[in-house]
Amino acid sequence: MQVSPVLHGYFRSSCSWRVRIAFALKGIEYDQVAVNLIKDGGQQLAVIQYIDETRPGPRLLPADPKARAQVRMISDLIASGIQPLQNLSVLQKIGAEKLPWAQHFISRGFQALEPILKQTAGKYCVGDEISMADICLVPQVYNAERFKVDVGQYPTIKRLNETLAEIEAFKLSHPSRQPDTPADLQA
Amino acid sequence: MATQTKPVLHGYFRSSCSWRVRIAFALKGIEYDQVAVNLIKDGGQQLTEQYKTLNPMQQVPAVEIDGVTLSQSLAVIQYIDETRPGPRLLPADPKARAQVRMISDLIASGIQPLQNLSVLQKIGAEKLPWAQHFISRGFQALEPILKQTAGKYCVGDEISMADICLVPQVYNAERFKVDVGQYPTIKRLNETLAEIEAFKLSHPSRQPDTPADLQA
Repeated sequence: MQVSPVLHGYFRSSCSWRVRIAFALKGIEYDQVAVNLIKDGGQQLAVIQYIDETRPGPRLLPADPKARAQVRMISDLIASGIQPLQNLSVLQKIGAEKLPWAQHFISRGFQALEPILKQTAGKYCVGDEISMADICLVPQVYNAERFKVDVGQYPTIKRLNETLAEIEAFKLSHPSRQPDTPADLQA
Repeated sequence: MATQTKPVLHGYFRSSCSWRVRIAFALKGIEYDQVAVNLIKDGGQQLTEQYKTLNPMQQVPAVEIDGVTLSQSLAVIQYIDETRPGPRLLPADPKARAQVRMISDLIASGIQPLQNLSVLQKIGAEKLPWAQHFISRGFQALEPILKQTAGKYCVGDEISMADICLVPQVYNAERFKVDVGQYPTIKRLNETLAEIEAFKLSHPSRQPDTPADLQA
């Protein structure tokens, strides 16, 4: 008998959200343990790829090596190049200048991501299948909006985010719908 | 047989992310060309319009390979591993592979981006304490993980992408005067890996763009 995976996460952590999306896309049931601290960027991509390699269901990374490299490139741009620069522990260290700092690094990242996605995107970030890149994109757009970055300046990012927001796995896993979501932030 | 164009690495001798890719090419025995992108000269050659077309993030490395241009060193390394023969850079076992990725991500997302050039430039006067803070914090997290996963190398007894990430990060730690002696597993692994040819050949002190005063 298999023990359900246990996700130690936080409703608003973009990293936890990425893993919740992956579980939802694969139709994997899991237990959640709320931890009221934010885990820093990136290690969730290891979990997502592990889930993909060991569970059946839709692929989270494409079969083609070049497309797979593009998915990882986009995921890493977000998980290494943007999110760690605007996570809680860094912002706490910045002190008073939090908002401009976060906006700077999110905008810089989105300015780079937009032309990349223009090249790689079909219906989704890379071609026409949902992948780990999409899993990384949506939580980062959510963060951008929290920090008042105008995502309208990035039409491909905007379009992809709107498409993905309608997908059940992304909706179910949204920060507004988690066991630890505070009442005033619930959907 | 069709002639294959050699991959081209756009990098900087002292960039830890570029060094990771150099190690991977060396471990796989792949010949490649290097184009130096000087991060300091002329205000930073990575900021030119020309380089932006290769990597819109305006960072190194960028790699031209098999008709595509890839950025993000771990994406490049895994692509090389999946398309070239030679020793595996990620293990066959999924759990061990996840451990390799977790360690690599801890370094590549949790440490390096917080002490890279563009962030330090934004910090201004407090560069050294800032870099030391994030490297130390990362190494404090990494040490117990490696105690569990390491055999001869970071994960078990085969060299992997985790080792490829570790050595350049230790080099950075030393540049920022972090005492790596506080992290005995990291220290031991780094010393073992430093003796391996692929890590030596690719070292910042031995690159075409290494300044004379920093050459080995």
